Amino acid sequence: MKPINTPKEYQEYVDKKTPNSPITRNCIYAFIVGGFICCIGQFIMEICKYRGLNTEISSTIVSIILIFISMFLTALNLFNKIGKFAGAGSLVPITGFANSIVSPAMEYKSEGYVMGVGAKMFTVAGPVLVYGISTSVLVGILYLIFNTQSITLV
Amino acid sequence: MDFFNNIDWSMLIKAFVVGGLICVIGQILIDKTKLTPARILVIFVTSGAILGGLGIYQKLINFAGAGASVPLTGFGNLLAKGAIEKVKSDGLIGAFTGGISAASAGITAAIVFGYIASLISKPKIKKQ
Repeated sequence: MKPINTPKEYQEYVDKKTPNSPITRNCIYAFIVGGFICCIGQFIMEICKYRGLNTEISSTIVSIILIFISMFLTALNLFNKIGKFAGAGSLVPITGFANSIVSPAMEYKSEGYVMGVGAKMFTVAGPVLVYGISTSVLVGILYLIFNTQSITLV
Repeated sequence: MDFFNNIDWSMLIKAFVVGGLICVIGQILIDKTKLTPARILVIFVTSGAILGGLGIYQKLINFAGAGASVPLTGFGNLLAKGAIEKVKSDGLIGAFTGGISAASAGITAAIVFGYIASLISKPKIKKQ
């Protein structure tokens, strides 16, 4: 094997050695699982609507129930198994966000309740909240300046 | 049953297709770019907030219901929408209070359920 000198050569070497993930199959699984999760969400939404709740409260209830299901599956160690073949299908819906909080909370219990559970809970969710909240503040300030959601006028 | 007659089946199909397609975008990002899941989630929540701020994402939610609001882009949209709503009523301070108060239920639920799960679970030794 010839020696690796530059980062570019190393990158080529890595690309050659990593097995090509079957992207089409992954996408189909992600589509089915992701669609199914959203379908459950919509079903819960229909139940809420049938009971006469407004859209805002309905979608809050949907989030809470899906997060609860996700917590339940994570605690039973089933979520990882689903995630293995579903990939982004279980990651992108709110279930993935919930799993990213619940999973380290359980895993780092042995490091104590404050620096273990309390801190490690946010290893993935922290960045999501930081960027999500920062963007929302920016959106709010931009709205205040221009006083419009420009695209809606187009 | 009365409930099953009232249910809007076309919305369920739309939610399935749109939700599935958003997940496929995430899957393509994972397979093609080697981004870590954390970065994917950050990208989704940020783009959701930007699209929400521009008023585009609400149209998708009106079309597909939970298919657009359940993925993390919907969470971003919720943050942006909350900020705009509060700016309308409270001015500048609303930009700081609006986002989280709209998304409070999801964040709180995830934290509380996560804590409960850690309380009831036994710490397991990872199998090598």
